[in-house]
Amino acid sequence: MLKTRIMPTLLFKDLGLVKGIGFDSWRRVGSVMQAVKVYNLREVDELVFVDISATRDGRTPDLETVDTIADECFMPLTVGGGVRTIEDFRNLLRVGADKVAVNTAAVLNPSLIAEAARTFGEQCVVVSIDARRRPGGGHEVFTHAGTQPTGLDVVDFAREVERRGAGEILLTSIERDGTMSGYDLELVSSVSAAVGIGVIASGGAGRYHHMAEAILRGRASAVAAAAIFHYTEQTPLEAKRHLKERGIPVRL
Amino acid sequence: MRTVAIVNYGMSNVDSVARAVEECGGHPVVTSAAAELERAAAIILPGVGAYPDAMRNLRARGLEDVLREQVVERRIPFLGICLGMQMLATVGWEVEETRGLGWVPGEVRRLPAVPGVRIPHIGWNEVEITRETPLLTGIESGVDFYFVHSYHFVCHDSTHEVARTPYCGGFTSAITKENIFGTQFHPEKSQKRGFQLLRNFLAA
Repeated sequence: MLKTRIMPTLLFKDLGLVKGIGFDSWRRVGSVMQAVKVYNLREVDELVFVDISATRDGRTPDLETVDTIADECFMPLTVGGGVRTIEDFRNLLRVGADKVAVNTAAVLNPSLIAEAARTFGEQCVVVSIDARRRPGGGHEVFTHAGTQPTGLDVVDFAREVERRGAGEILLTSIERDGTMSGYDLELVSSVSAAVGIGVIASGGAGRYHHMAEAILRGRASAVAAAAIFHYTEQTPLEAKRHLKERGIPVRL
Repeated sequence: MRTVAIVNYGMSNVDSVARAVEECGGHPVVTSAAAELERAAAIILPGVGAYPDAMRNLRARGLEDVLREQVVERRIPFLGICLGMQMLATVGWEVEETRGLGWVPGEVRRLPAVPGVRIPHIGWNEVEITRETPLLTGIESGVDFYFVHSYHFVCHDSTHEVARTPYCGGFTSAITKENIFGTQFHPEKSQKRGFQLLRNFLAA
């Protein structure tokens, strides 16, 4: 049986690893390499690595940094941040990413999704969707690290990116991100039900049971988490033990 | 230390494979030069990408003949990973019909749609050994390896299958034909067991 993955997320900005709270305040939590080495040692299921300032600063992905990280990363790696072109995909895959995440570019230039899927296969195209609740219900897609509203409905957009060839959706709740108050289950379940590709729930994990809920109630195929691993004593391994007790297939 | 040529045809995660080979005690050379392939003691064909582009790129670099000479005629150990395994087939059906290398009779098809089962197949899943192969020596049947794919290899000769994985009704996840090995999963990303597999390959 396919195992449910727990994916620690490393966000970096100007080369210092940071963890955001509500997407707008940043704190250093140590060097990227140290974190990668620890996760490597612990044999985590997969790592997500996002350069959150690349698009804002108009930069392309920092290949040198990704290369250095990937060289020490003997585990699956999804890389995002500043991805705009097929060349960005090609370069990131070459230096060691297994999957490439697109966020802002998926909205501004959705044909990139199909082009990347046709060239590199849909399995490596992750569309990262940052979502904020709408006052009247439902969720809206935001771009540029969660700062720009798009007017797009998250469920409609998720269906569209699947149709265009996305292989997986990394779905982040902007309000829950960094709060450790639990995933937005309504968001996760609405998108999981709408698409046939995998959905990675992100934003809000603070306790192991939050992860179990995102999987059992939200039907997420994987859970991403950052703050819980950076700021508490909780670990991916303990999280998986908890999931196992709840009857969720995990790799131990 | 054995020199392992890692074929670079502009498509794939060559760096990850090279680093893993290095960690496993091999000497990796990432190359698209015929002379380097001729000197290598073993060859790895990695692959992330779509089938037609991959075959086109391999052929455009003039690598098909030298690979055939080394692998099929001189029989040096060869490992195809993910798309690199799929390229061994007679034909691939991703995007359009594409002729493969044809060294292992078979075809590459999309995983069948099964209600409630998500495609692409991404994550850790069991690899169940169906036939003995030097590639999987010391690896327990049923342990998890990392997969990331939507297409799979269908063997025309079932004796070439050495492992299966239970997803979408089950598919061939590793093949062996004499000196030719292939894995649908990524040993370079599968931590301890993946490294064991690579060490087995380096010893082949």
